[in-house]
Amino acid sequence: MTLAPIVAVKGLRTAFGKHVVHEDLNLVVHPGEILSLVGGSGSGKTALLRQIIGLSEPAAGTVEVFGRDLNRLSLTRRRLLARRWGVLFQAGALFSALNVFDNIALPMRELRTIPDDLVRDVVQSRLAMVGLTAADGGKRPADLSGGMVKRVALARALALDPELLFLDEPTAGLDPERSDEFVALVRELHEQLKFTVVMVTHDLDTLLALSSRIAVLAEKRVIVTGTVEEVIAVDHPFIQTFFLGERGRRALAPLVSEEQLHGKS
Amino acid sequence: MDAILSNRPDAPEGEPVAFQGKSCRITGDWSVQTLAGSDAISQRQAALRRAGADTQWDLSHIGRLDTLGTHVLWRAWGQQLPQHIRLQSEHRQLFERLADNPTEQPEDAPRNRLTDPLVALGTHVLTGARHGVTLVRMLGQLVLDMGMFIKRPARGPWREISAQIFRTGAQALGITALVGFLIGIVLSYLSASQLQTFGADRFIVRLLGVSITRELGPLLAAILVAGRSGSAITAQLGVMRVTQELDAMRVMGMSISQRLILPRVLALALVMPLLVLWTNTMALAGGMLAAQMQLDVSAGWFIQSLPDAISMGNYVIGLSKGVAFGITIALVACHFGLLIEPNTDSLGRGTTTSVVTAITAVILVNALFAVSLSGVGL
Repeated sequence: MTLAPIVAVKGLRTAFGKHVVHEDLNLVVHPGEILSLVGGSGSGKTALLRQIIGLSEPAAGTVEVFGRDLNRLSLTRRRLLARRWGVLFQAGALFSALNVFDNIALPMRELRTIPDDLVRDVVQSRLAMVGLTAADGGKRPADLSGGMVKRVALARALALDPELLFLDEPTAGLDPERSDEFVALVRELHEQLKFTVVMVTHDLDTLLALSSRIAVLAEKRVIVTGTVEEVIAVDHPFIQTFFLGERGRRALAPLVSEEQLHGKS
Repeated sequence: MDAILSNRPDAPEGEPVAFQGKSCRITGDWSVQTLAGSDAISQRQAALRRAGADTQWDLSHIGRLDTLGTHVLWRAWGQQLPQHIRLQSEHRQLFERLADNPTEQPEDAPRNRLTDPLVALGTHVLTGARHGVTLVRMLGQLVLDMGMFIKRPARGPWREISAQIFRTGAQALGITALVGFLIGIVLSYLSASQLQTFGADRFIVRLLGVSITRELGPLLAAILVAGRSGSAITAQLGVMRVTQELDAMRVMGMSISQRLILPRVLALALVMPLLVLWTNTMALAGGMLAAQMQLDVSAGWFIQSLPDAISMGNYVIGLSKGVAFGITIALVACHFGLLIEPNTDSLGRGTTTSVVTAITAVILVNALFAVSLSGVGL
């Protein structure tokens, strides 16, 4: 049985003034998978993410999340729908006026129906879940290191147990060790909580470690979606340089045979 | 439950907590989407309280269970798994994870003590003193920079100065004109009705001339500029600090005092007397208009007698007040801008403090002028 897609983007066109970013773009995200969006700088990865979470409106085409067309929903219904997803922004986007605890509690307090003692319990187990202590809860976002900001932002994104999680450059700005830790954390939580992930990333290691499928953005559309093996089999200049360049080969070494690499390059 | 909150077919409706003798069946949706409904949590908590220590729990037919739902049950069970329980293995894991991370009770905030107000007062005084010291140091550095600037004018930050003059001066012409004009009208109307009772109509020119050029014009212009440009300077320097632009300048060996503070202080010192002059003119124009309507004082006569009414002394005092106010506003704004910490809260608070302090400082300086020059020009 194939389940209905969580996200379905059809014939999307995004334009900023005369500058067209996406033209006739199609993308499908299936339940439970981790889909990564890759593409060169300026290929519109983040713009696509913003379309899917409803932060910008398409010039043409439709964006369906959980089977509902975002741009035909009323504002209140869209807000209700937004409870079902969580977003981890690139720079964390923690509210600097609130401490860590209040940042994570905010989505729950916004519901206005959850008693305070329960909110406190849930926040504490969220903190533990992302590997932070109760003492970290009192810290201000300005006092956190980059890795901790990402963890807190992840805890906040997960506050309402979303079915769909968006990660925008989750490991950008982290050192390799923190980045590996973060990847392991996301993978562990993915197994535990069974959410669907849509991720934008530049980092090959993160990409290979997490993605179940990869969507490559180039020429204003998604040129290919599939597993790593399927993607690197496509003959396209971007894919060749991104996956089979010097860095790509190192990361892909366990996956691709020597002949294949030499044959391509 | 609203259909938009779930794709799954709704579980058969029934009591989420159902007792049958000693057993208790937990069914339905225990996720945040349902629990967020009004009273959903309190109703379930009330139902759960009816259970005893020997209740046999059955969670095997539960629909959806997420972190919030787990915590509702966990709390009802007194933070431990009940002895008799049937549940799916994945849900067992959820509870076991909770058992591994017992939630700590937060410590109570320390009680207020009698000495607290005293400590608060002391802190305020010390903070004020610290601000004072930094301001004096900034002023000293500024004098040194000014010396360098005069020695080598070609290397001065001319472009920045001219940009600041445009932003703080030229762009402020509209608002100062409007406010000056309206205040002039109001002042003239009020004075006219008083003067009429004594038949001293002709004194309106002297009254307006002295009060506007010596006191009101400079003060009005300064308050407007403090609100307009003072806040802008603080916010700009604050954001530069947040985005590490100030650090970048320091690394490149550029002096912040010379490149950022000096141009702003110089620009305001130059622009403020001009703005004072402009505000004076507009206020007098407003006053003249009102006087003409209320007292039948002709515009020609009003303008003719103005030079006699405003002595050179008052005029010079008004303009030099402008210079002093300009320097004060720029210094205070720069000082608070450099103190801003990298968060939005601090930016908002810093800007407010900056404007309030700048206006207070302007009024203080004005009082100093009034006391020290009380005998001059009246």
